[in-house]
Amino acid sequence: MGILIKNGYLIEPKTGKEGNFDILIEDCIVKKIGKNIPSKGHKVIDCKNKIVSPGFVDLHCHLREPGREDEETIYTGSLSAVSGGFTTISCMPNTEPPLDNKVTVRFVYEKGQKSLCEVLPIGAITKNREGKELAPYFEMIEEGAVAFSDDGNCIMDSNIMRRALEYTLLHKKPIISHSEDQNLSKNGVMNEGFISTKLGLPGIPKEAEEIMVERDIKLAKLTGGRLHLAHLTTEGSVEAVRRNKKYLKNITCEVTAHHLTLTEDAVVGYNPNAKVSPPLRTERDRLSLIEGLKDGTIDCIVTDHAPHTFEEKESGFENAPFGIIGFETFLPLCLKLVDYGIKLKEIIYKITYGPARILNIERGFIEEGKQANIVIFDPDIEWIYTKDKIKSKSKNTPFLNWKLKGKVLYTIYKGNIIYSDLE
Amino acid sequence: MEWKRKDLIGLEDLKKEEIEIILDVANSFKDVSKRSVKKVPALRGKTVVNLFFEPSTRTRTSFELAAKRLSADVLSFDVSSSSVAKGETMVDTAKNIEAMKVDCFIIRHFVSGAPLIISQNVSASVINAGDGCHEHPTQALLDLFTVRERFGKIKGLRISIIGDILHSRVARSNIWGFKKLGAEVIVCGPPPLIPKEIEKTGVKITFDIDFAIENSDIIYLLRLQRERQKENFLPSLKEYSFLYGIDRERYEKIKEKAFIMHPGPMNRGIEIKSEVAEEERTLILEQVTNGIAIRMAVLYLTIGRKI
Repeated sequence: MGILIKNGYLIEPKTGKEGNFDILIEDCIVKKIGKNIPSKGHKVIDCKNKIVSPGFVDLHCHLREPGREDEETIYTGSLSAVSGGFTTISCMPNTEPPLDNKVTVRFVYEKGQKSLCEVLPIGAITKNREGKELAPYFEMIEEGAVAFSDDGNCIMDSNIMRRALEYTLLHKKPIISHSEDQNLSKNGVMNEGFISTKLGLPGIPKEAEEIMVERDIKLAKLTGGRLHLAHLTTEGSVEAVRRNKKYLKNITCEVTAHHLTLTEDAVVGYNPNAKVSPPLRTERDRLSLIEGLKDGTIDCIVTDHAPHTFEEKESGFENAPFGIIGFETFLPLCLKLVDYGIKLKEIIYKITYGPARILNIERGFIEEGKQANIVIFDPDIEWIYTKDKIKSKSKNTPFLNWKLKGKVLYTIYKGNIIYSDLE
Repeated sequence: MEWKRKDLIGLEDLKKEEIEIILDVANSFKDVSKRSVKKVPALRGKTVVNLFFEPSTRTRTSFELAAKRLSADVLSFDVSSSSVAKGETMVDTAKNIEAMKVDCFIIRHFVSGAPLIISQNVSASVINAGDGCHEHPTQALLDLFTVRERFGKIKGLRISIIGDILHSRVARSNIWGFKKLGAEVIVCGPPPLIPKEIEKTGVKITFDIDFAIENSDIIYLLRLQRERQKENFLPSLKEYSFLYGIDRERYEKIKEKAFIMHPGPMNRGIEIKSEVAEEERTLILEQVTNGIAIRMAVLYLTIGRKI
C-alpha cells in the first residue's frame, strides 16, 4: 500500500512541469507521476485546489544543538521545519562547541538522522569560527558536512578567506560568507539611518555589508572558488552580485524571508524580535531584494531560523541577541512575492531546487524513482500565527499574531507523512 | 487641551500643546521652592520610586526633591547592571517593586528604550530620566522653561546644540522640544559625532562652531564623555577643546543678548573654559533650579491625572 496524492496541482521546479497530476509514493520513493492513477489499496490524499511541490530546502538555519538546547534542539527544530513544509534543512556551525571538527559534525548528523527531516550540517570555515586558522574540511565532509561557513562572523582576514575559497576547488563545497565588515558594524544593533538616530541606537551602515560582498566577489574571481553569499540585505549588495554574475559562474547568493517582508520600521518601539543580523533595512533595499529575486540575481530564499529564549530577547534591545525563528512563517511570507509579480513556480524554485543546487545535493525535485520529499499546501488559507501554534522551542518572532496567507497541509519526508495540519 | 498621559517617555511623541501644559504647570510650581515651607500637598499619599540602572546623582536628587516638595513618599533604588546578570530582567525588577503598590517610576537606564518597555508592562506612571542615547525629556523641558523665562518666547529663536550629538539623549530631546515650539535648531560638532540623517528632524548641520555661536540666541553645550577619545571619535581632548570649546575669545563673539546653556556636569577646560563658565551670560545654575519645578510638574501631571 502506498500513498496516492490525488488531484493536486503539481509544480515541479527541476523540469518545469506544472499541472494537475497524481503522484504515487511507495517504499519511500516516488513510484509514478501521472494522470488518473487508480486509487485501489492506497491511502489517498485528496488535493483538489492544493499545490503539490517538492519539500522545501533551507540552506541557512540555526538549531542550537549542541550547547543551547534551552533554545532549540535538532529534534524540535526539525518539528518546526516540517510544520513549515521543509524536508531538508542545513544548519549553521555556531553551536557550543562549534562544528569545526569531525566529532561535532558527526554528532549533528546523527541527531539529524533521528529527527523528522533531513538535517545537513554546515562545518566552520575556521577553527572555533575565529577567522584565524582553517578548519579540517575533508574530515568534516566525511562526516556529513555539505558546506562551510563561519556564519555570524565574517572572515576579516582576506588571506584566510582566499585560502578557504581555494580549497573549494578541491572539495567542491561552497563557502557561505557572512559578509560584514565587523569593524564598521561594531556595537551596531540596527540599520544606520534616521530611525537609529531617533531611537538612539547604534547603527550598522549598509557599507559594512557591501564592502565585504565586493571583497568576497573579488576573492572568488581571484581563486575561482565556490562562493555563496549569505543573507544579502542592501541594494548595493544586490547590484554588486548582478554586475559580477554576468561573467562569474562560481557565485550564488541568498535572501531571508524576513528581509523580503520587513524594514527597519519594525524596530520602532524597540521590538527585540525585529533585531536580526544583518539588520532590517529600508523599503528601497527591500524592493531591490525582490527585484534581485525576479531577475535571477538572487538564487534562493532562506529562513535564517535563529531561536533565542524569551529571557535573552527581553533584556533590552541593545543587549538582546540577534535573530528570529523562521520555519513556520516562511511559506506565507514567500507567497507574498506573488503580489510583486513573481510567479508561484519561480517562488517554489527558489525554496526547493534553487537552494539544493547550491549545496549540490539531489533534493528539491519530484522525480519517479527518487526519494519522496513532498509538501502539499493551500496558498489561499488565511490563519493567525499565535503563540500556542509555535512549534519551535523559542518564540522569538516579529510575526506573532500576524494574519498569514498560505498554509502547509502535509509534509511528506522519505515517503512518510511526517506532518499534517489535520492532526 | 488636557493632560492624559500616564507616562513621559520622550518629547518626540508630545504635541506642542502638551509641552506647553508642562511648562505652564511648572511655572505655577516654581514659587513653591522659594517659600520658607517648600511643600504642597498635591501628591500626599503617593509613592514615587527612583529606579536608576545607571548612576546619576544630580538628576536623581532633582527628582527626589521635586517629589518631596509635592509631599509624595520617595524611594531611591539603585540597580547595578549586575542584577541583569543575576537573571532578573528590568521588567521583573519593575513589576516586583510595583507589587508593593507604588504610583510612579522614574527610570534612568543605560539602554535606549528601557523606560518605554517598562511603561508597557506596569500600570504605574513611568517618567524617563534618561535612556541610553534616546531621550532625556525632563532635561529638555527644563531647558525650554529656562529659555522661555529668559526670552519670553521660544518661537523664532535660534539655538545651536554643540558637541557629541551622536551619543546625546539631551540633544535629541531638545531637538524635538525646540522644533515643536517653533525655534530654529542647529547642531554642531565634529563630523563623526553627528548622527546619520539627523537633518530629517528639521535641524541644520554645521561643523563650524564660530558660525554657530555668532548666529545663535542660545548656545547649548553638551558634555563630552572622555571615553569618546578612546573610541576614536576624536584625535584628542585637547583638539576637541580647541575646535569646539568655548574660551574667552569665542565668548566675546556671541550675540549681545545670547546665552550659554549646559545640562551639566560641565567638563571645565574641555567644552567650556572655567573663566567663561562663571560669566553672566550663562544660564547653567538657573537650569538646575528650574529642573525642580519641571519635575514637579511632570510628576503632578502623570500621577495626578487619575485624581
